[in-house]
Amino acid sequence: MTATDLGMPGLAGVPTTDVAQNKKDFTSDQEVRWCPGCGDYAVLASVQGFLPELGLKRENIVFVSGIGCSSRFPYYMDTFGMHSIHGRAPAIATGLATSRPDLSVWVVTGDGDALSIGGNHLIHVLRRNVNMTILLFNNRIYGLTKGQYSPTSEQGKITKSTPMGSLDAPFNPVSLALGAEATFVARTIDSDRAHLTSVLRAAAAHRGTSLVEIYQNCNIFNDGAFEILKNRDTRDEVMIRLEHGEPVRFGANNEHGIRRNPATSGLEICSGDDPNVIVHDAQAADPSRAFALSRLADPGTLARTPIGIFRQVERPTYGDLVNEQVDQAVDNQGAGDLAALITGNDTWTVE
Amino acid sequence: MTAKQVRELDRVVIRFAGDSGDGMQLTGDRFTAETASFGNDLSTLPNFPAEIRAPAGTLPGVSSFQLHFADHDILTPGDAPDVLVAMNPAALKANLPDVPKGAILIVDTAEFTPRALKKVGYATSPLDDGSLNSYQVHALDLTGMTMTALEPFGLSRKEASRSKNMFALGLLSWMYGRSIDGTVRFLQSKFATKADIRDANITAVKAGWNYGETTEDFAVSYEVKPAPMPSGRYRNITGNLALSYGLVAAAKQSGMPLFLGSYPITPASDILHEISKHKRFGVRTFQAEDEIAGVGAALGASFGGSLGVTTTSGPGVALKSETVGLAVSLELPLIIVDVQRGGPSTGLPTKTEQADLLQAMYGRNGEAPVPIIAPASPADCFDAALEAARIAVTYRTPVFLLSDGYLANGSEPWAIPDVESLPTIEPDFATEKNHGSGDDAEFWPYIRDPQTLARAWAVPGTAGLEHRIGGLEKADGSGNISYDPTNHDYMVRTRQAKVDGIEVPDLEVDDPSGDARLLVLGWGSTYGPIGAAVRRARSAGHAVAQAHLRYLNPLPANTGDVLRRYERVLLPEMNLGQLAMLLRARYLVDVIGHNQVRGLPFKAEELAEVIMKEDDQL
Ligand SMILES: Cc1ncc(C[n+]2csc(CCOP(=O)(O)OP(=O)(O)O)c2C)c(N)n1
Ligand code: SF4
Ligand SMILES: [Mg+2]
Repeated sequence: MTATDLGMPGLAGVPTTDVAQNKKDFTSDQEVRWCPGCGDYAVLASVQGFLPELGLKRENIVFVSGIGCSSRFPYYMDTFGMHSIHGRAPAIATGLATSRPDLSVWVVTGDGDALSIGGNHLIHVLRRNVNMTILLFNNRIYGLTKGQYSPTSEQGKITKSTPMGSLDAPFNPVSLALGAEATFVARTIDSDRAHLTSVLRAAAAHRGTSLVEIYQNCNIFNDGAFEILKNRDTRDEVMIRLEHGEPVRFGANNEHGIRRNPATSGLEICSGDDPNVIVHDAQAADPSRAFALSRLADPGTLARTPIGIFRQVERPTYGDLVNEQVDQAVDNQGAGDLAALITGNDTWTVE
Repeated sequence: MTAKQVRELDRVVIRFAGDSGDGMQLTGDRFTAETASFGNDLSTLPNFPAEIRAPAGTLPGVSSFQLHFADHDILTPGDAPDVLVAMNPAALKANLPDVPKGAILIVDTAEFTPRALKKVGYATSPLDDGSLNSYQVHALDLTGMTMTALEPFGLSRKEASRSKNMFALGLLSWMYGRSIDGTVRFLQSKFATKADIRDANITAVKAGWNYGETTEDFAVSYEVKPAPMPSGRYRNITGNLALSYGLVAAAKQSGMPLFLGSYPITPASDILHEISKHKRFGVRTFQAEDEIAGVGAALGASFGGSLGVTTTSGPGVALKSETVGLAVSLELPLIIVDVQRGGPSTGLPTKTEQADLLQAMYGRNGEAPVPIIAPASPADCFDAALEAARIAVTYRTPVFLLSDGYLANGSEPWAIPDVESLPTIEPDFATEKNHGSGDDAEFWPYIRDPQTLARAWAVPGTAGLEHRIGGLEKADGSGNISYDPTNHDYMVRTRQAKVDGIEVPDLEVDDPSGDARLLVLGWGSTYGPIGAAVRRARSAGHAVAQAHLRYLNPLPANTGDVLRRYERVLLPEMNLGQLAMLLRARYLVDVIGHNQVRGLPFKAEELAEVIMKEDDQL
């Protein structure tokens, strides 16, 4: 059985194994060095726990990361891995994934890594749809450099570099990705293992770039940033769980819903039993609805934050197209003949 | 038809000059191709503005192509033209200062209107005011004659006049006895789908040729006999083309698929263009969003076992530095091609310079040694690319290949190598665990080959050899993160020792008399001009030695001995003394620099004067 038979085109071409795997097989011998209580631990455990499910040969899995606390991730995975430089992991992974279609390529990055220094590479990898899964650990802070505000920090954030409050408006990574032609965009939360795993499963199955924003708590420099979405007392009122094909409702008893405002064409909150509550369609070709959903969240308080898969559409991947051109060139012109190439057709002979 | 006189010459320098839109580069290329197949030795120098179409008829818009061909072996595109073809007043004005008195000027009069003259600051027409009296001037209405010849095609004036460069080519071909058959074939295939343009151009070339043959204006034609060259099959080749072929060849010789990650920049873009044409060789080319992504993708592909290459010019190298440092730390093969141009900043995009040497050598944070190889001539770019790949793969290291604008666009005849004779490059991928035994056996990525100090390299997909590498300092052997002071000191020294220990051939000295007291040293594209200057000095009675460094890092083992063997070492460079500084620091030899940064190669005659003056002082 191949990964494609499993309904996972994202892993087509990656060799599978029949040998049963478990979490330990994906755990390297390196001591994990995140701060105790850091949200990164939960994500690591979820990923290590989930990968055996794919049944891929471990040697064909590669984790590539940038720089930041989260980017230490590859060291803890017993797969191939590269801890690269700040912001550049998507570019490095593009070369790897394009030249090695037999690999399952994962990028681990932070909000600073992906959206600040590496913003350019992120939008271009999404636009090209290179086959890889990007785990964007968003803790809304620079962890590794000890707590400066990041491009996802709420405006007015007081940090060491912004003692009077940060001035710039934050990015919404999901909106950004949708604007960058992403084919798979999802958001999940470090502490919700079941949700995280279900999103990872869909991301791995997707052929193309899957962007998974993971809200991750940095308990040292930005503790409680997502508390409102995690606390039992508040979360139902503020978090919108998106499920493809299901009405978009939230509240402890689904008492709220989302409908289209005909005047503004935007989305607005309505009652859960409003007949116009929209049904989520992650596979819609037009990304506007997904974008509108991504705009519901209040960038400051995170009220009305949707989680789940915003968009999941099919588009040829860059790597597949590159490799098709190579095959096509060979089919049309025959495999390259070096002697003929360097000789060309304008030569002369000296006796 | 009167039989015309044929005068024999041993060498000629021709410069075609016109507006950037006049097709001077194509004209030069075609004359070069005709000359190459005739069997002359040759060397070319295209010179064009950075603007694609600078305003017509202006001095900044002038584009030129110089070609030197001879019946003996030559080393440079020539200092001064014997013939200048000027298609308009701007071309005449911009190029005349380089043309010695007595030379031939072939001038298209069509453009010598009061307005065009005024545009470039001519108060009176130089064709009429006697200021060109000391030249052999052929003032011809090339445009008009072209249009007359093309009348039957019913083209617009504009379209018809566009073929004037082909008319000029035909005329010059007649003057120097070149066959235009190759050009006719070229036009047939270039304009295969545009029959009227094809036929117009072919007619124009032939008309130019016939004009030379019949007109009274040209009483003599010239003959430059083929040059004796070692037997073999030849073609003409530019540096960028040779470099592209060298990379494709290196991929084949190593069995590693070529991956080129690049961002367009003059004068390196043509390598990206060329390699993109050769996908049937299994080549993957990636036009990235910026130079950082270009080198990043190349390094990612290297990690996966491809031959990762990035091509750029100086400004791009600046952006790539951090990634090159990562490659130093990861100890993965990577080739960084820097086709140098005038700097700093955007500088002179289309002109040549050698001022990136120190950037290649030291332009990274930390102790990050990178081998550097610099081709000496356009054709040498092929071998240099293979060498860069050999070093990168064998030693698991990034390698800088320093070409420059002069090599990139200049051309020369190339004895096409037999592909069977090309060296093989052995990636020697690890397939087995290399540390411990039995159940405890592991793969350690930083265990080194004792000879080369190259680390063990296992690519993804190799079962049981899963491991992680990164830019943090690694423990010797295991490659695990290590902040240990002694380990870091050891690793820094080991990476340096690895590069220092790369095997490169000794520096060869050319000192025919054995009496030289002055050594003229060079590197990179100055090889031709220095060689030509040294020949001049020798024929003027000076015993002068010449040596040329192809490897800048590490330097050949005998470099210090060679430098110390001479009373004086003169080092011409197209920078302010970068290699001179390295050599002085390294060998404590008082190397004397001769430096120019004019965006153009050295002129052999000027350089010969400098050499003879130095020698006279000894
Ligand atoms: C070129 C470069 N600039 C700056 C840094 C310093 N630096 C390291 S990580 C980081 C920010 C990390 O923030 P984020 O990506 O959010 O990761 P986190 O630590 O929060 O997981 C910075 C600025 C660096 N390593 N390299
Ligand atoms: S600083 Fe924050 S993000 Fe970094 S390891 Fe500690 S808790 Fe985690
Ligand atoms: Mg962060």
